[in-house]
Amino acid sequence: MTANLNFDLLLLLPELGFFLLVLFLFAATVTGLARNPSAGKLVLEALPVIALLIALVSLGSMSAREVMFWGSYRLDALSQFFKLLVAAGFFVAVLNARRQSSLEEGQRLDYFLFLAFSAWGLTMMASAAELVTIYLTMELASYSLYILIPLRARSRPAAEAGVKYILFGAAATALALYGLSWIIASQHSTYLSELAGKDWTFSGNPLACLGLSFFLGGMFYKLALFPFHFWCPDVYQGASNETAAYVATLPKLGAIAVLVRLGALITPGEDLANLLAVLAAASMTFGNLCALVQKDLKRMLGFSSVAHAGYILVGLAPGTAEGLAAAAFYAAAYLSMNLLCFWIISRLAPDGRNLTYRDLNGLYKRSPWLALSLAAAAISLVGLPPTVGFMGKLWLVTGAWGHGYNWLVILLCVNSALAIFYYLSLVRHAYTEGEDDPLRGAAPDTGLFSSVGATVLALVVLVLGVLPAPVFDLALEAGRALMP
Amino acid sequence: MSADTLAACPVLTALIFWPLLAAVALAFVKGDENVRRATLAASVVEVLLAWPLLNFQPVAGFQFVERLSWVRAWGLQYYLGVDGISIMMIWLSILTLPVCVLCSWTYIGRRIREFHVCLLLMTTACVGVFSALDLVLFYVFWEALLIPMYLMIAVWGGDDRRYASLKFFIYTLAGSTVLLAAIAALRIEGGTFSIPDLMALDFGFTFQFWVFLGLGLAFAIKVPMFPFHTWLPAAHVQAPSAGSVILAAVLLKMGAYGFLRFSLPITPAASAYFAPLMIALSLAAIIYGGAIALGQEDIKRLVAYSSVAHMGFVTLGIFLFTVRGLEGAIVQMLNHGIITGGLFMLIGTIYERSHSREISNNLGLGKYLPAFMFFWGFFGLASFGFPGTNGFVGEFLVIAAALGENTRLAGVDVPLIGLLTIPGAMLAAAYALKVILKLAWGRPSSATNKYWRDLNGREWAYMLVPAVFVVYLGLAPTGLLETIDPAVRATVEDFQLRKDIRLAESPGESRLLVSKQPDGSLAISEVLQEPTL
Repeated sequence: MTANLNFDLLLLLPELGFFLLVLFLFAATVTGLARNPSAGKLVLEALPVIALLIALVSLGSMSAREVMFWGSYRLDALSQFFKLLVAAGFFVAVLNARRQSSLEEGQRLDYFLFLAFSAWGLTMMASAAELVTIYLTMELASYSLYILIPLRARSRPAAEAGVKYILFGAAATALALYGLSWIIASQHSTYLSELAGKDWTFSGNPLACLGLSFFLGGMFYKLALFPFHFWCPDVYQGASNETAAYVATLPKLGAIAVLVRLGALITPGEDLANLLAVLAAASMTFGNLCALVQKDLKRMLGFSSVAHAGYILVGLAPGTAEGLAAAAFYAAAYLSMNLLCFWIISRLAPDGRNLTYRDLNGLYKRSPWLALSLAAAAISLVGLPPTVGFMGKLWLVTGAWGHGYNWLVILLCVNSALAIFYYLSLVRHAYTEGEDDPLRGAAPDTGLFSSVGATVLALVVLVLGVLPAPVFDLALEAGRALMP
Repeated sequence: MSADTLAACPVLTALIFWPLLAAVALAFVKGDENVRRATLAASVVEVLLAWPLLNFQPVAGFQFVERLSWVRAWGLQYYLGVDGISIMMIWLSILTLPVCVLCSWTYIGRRIREFHVCLLLMTTACVGVFSALDLVLFYVFWEALLIPMYLMIAVWGGDDRRYASLKFFIYTLAGSTVLLAAIAALRIEGGTFSIPDLMALDFGFTFQFWVFLGLGLAFAIKVPMFPFHTWLPAAHVQAPSAGSVILAAVLLKMGAYGFLRFSLPITPAASAYFAPLMIALSLAAIIYGGAIALGQEDIKRLVAYSSVAHMGFVTLGIFLFTVRGLEGAIVQMLNHGIITGGLFMLIGTIYERSHSREISNNLGLGKYLPAFMFFWGFFGLASFGFPGTNGFVGEFLVIAAALGENTRLAGVDVPLIGLLTIPGAMLAAAYALKVILKLAWGRPSSATNKYWRDLNGREWAYMLVPAVFVVYLGLAPTGLLETIDPAVRATVEDFQLRKDIRLAESPGESRLLVSKQPDGSLAISEVLQEPTL
């Protein structure tokens, strides 16, 4: 551990970018800029550009390596990888949310203020290497979500979703904090670099083992892992499509970054690793089984993300560099395919309503590009080649095999078989069912912006599936840097 | 161009990517008729691109090898090559394409462009499956075939297409999910994804046991072996003509090819251990498939069940582990593709006229559609192995191999397996002749029969392609057997050498590398192989 401040602002450019964006939006909202229609519009138009700039800056600072603030803040391959993902995801989320109809004009700047706030917290969460720092950044990322979720015009379900998220979130946070106190009491440190060498077995140090489990619970809540998943389908369904797109993707990245970091503490075969394995098994099976019977697309995606959370944990349980790398890569895969899915859902419902499978009927005729992109997303979510979802699953399976969790690997494979039905339903409704006449809501947005966006995201999903090496090498570097 | 320069061309890559390019280009072609013509042209080019494959040398080992690094961190490779086992399957996949385009010319009336894109994508995947020498690459192509096939049944299929397409997709995908776990296990235990390298390794028996089961489930569903065959009749009946042809000609072969390429060389001890079970299931498929086919009223369903029986001969030949058996299996794979493909195309042509697949609605065609009836009778005879047709060669080889296997019953050596195949062959004759009889000489089922046109020029064209091969392979199978023989011999010899070797049971321990010396002896070297990255 380096007992130095080591503060260098140039290495923190991604964080700085988000911070400046937050300041800017804050200034814009409190000075009443939002009430001036033309200026407000200008700011809204500029937002994607700024988000793109931040993503480029994150790409530029990929090689930043430093340990700051007396060891509590780490810039390493893992943090920079996840910062890039967060920034790229934020760019897409902003583009996606820019025209949402279920948001009142006057609230738009506030909406993006909180969105940026959350992303800022997530970028710092990726670098946090000390338990209290992790806790604080996690809260920073979460508080703004409590405000974002109910922001759907005159929607009672959205308010209900907001309340649910706050109540469950508060309970999970309290649990994490409680666990943190046990860890401090038993291990006398909160720095991950010091905790790495400690005894985490239940027999050796039960207090620490339980404490870490509770602390992990806070992360599991963000990740919507069984049994902390109850909020997930309800919140997706209640929140507006665009907000759900954000909630479903970026906050999970932060949680995965922290879990991968904590995963380095876990030795395979020990109590914690077994706990992770059991939770992974329960989560993927439960998520897939529940998703089978959903009719609402966002609820389906909610349960699907419960299942995907389980998949990601398969990479963590064996406690190897390859497993951690696979989990990190799967985070990228998860981000790209879910953003694609939500992009299409948001475009299909320009009036902001919730969609069911039936709304997809005849999509191939109305918009071939959206239909093709949706098919790519569905294939990727199942984990079929040639998509990033397949590559992610391949690394997870290969990374986890031979470390005592082969049963979990086989269960993961069997779960893909469970999941086929409901993901394939997306393709089936889009391609094989005739159009419903009349449409049940506003006609889908099949304009250039919508089609090009979907096609570009679909290309990301496909290209990363065919040529995963550049991204996987980054993930592997991150995984190797974490394991001693 | 000399043979050497031809061999240096990336033939296989061209064969894989040309249909893909053509599929993309099809998006810019306007007009239904032009889409059909463009696809036909592309399929002819595909056949021409395969021309260098004629330089294939009848020796063991892989030829036309292409090898590039794909994902260095895990040792993934873009690794292609063909040997005597796979080259025929590649020819079959490529020649199926133009025939399928022709037989869908009027059969497919809506969403023409998408249909042809699906056809081209399937060709890409089929060639890829049979030429991939990297496990992951193989898996990519294996799964990539599912989506276009699913769409083909679900969009252009019959009335019950939703049920059939879902059943097909879920059944086959469920089988191959465990394949992924087996691939990961092979990578970790064997240290490589490369199939030729894995073939040279000897794994412990317990490991082989589980890997065989993981691989075998996927392959058995694809073949399909009894009792995993239930998806096949549904899929065949609902699929459009071209879909049925590809299903029968190429897709089913992938399972049998998997057994030959993976199960025998990589898990020889487990293959030997499971052989009695596989043989019993093959015999069950032969007899059960034949018996059920006999009772069908729907022609397509009848041919589908006959496929189950024919593929039973293939798996039987494979698990006899003799040169004759394996050769018979490969010849039978090829023959089944040609004959059943031909029959499905004929069903397509008659369906376009009668709009029914029921035998009872298509009676008495001999008088009005002589050309159709000629081809039906011809392929029907070939299907039950009439001497002089290609069906005879394959079945004869497998039955001869089976008769060579003696089972000890009550103190007497009886060729039990061979004897059990005979009722299967008789059933085949029964159901094939039954259909021929009814179709040709039955009382015309409706007054409209006489207005149906006989085969036109296009239909003649696509029916002649398989018919030529039926006669050619039936009368002169030597060329075919010489091509596949070296690879088959190498596989069988290698299998016989290694099937009894039982090694260190626990994973991660030292592993013995068995390699064959030029003089035929075995060299056993010990390699300490840690799973490396």
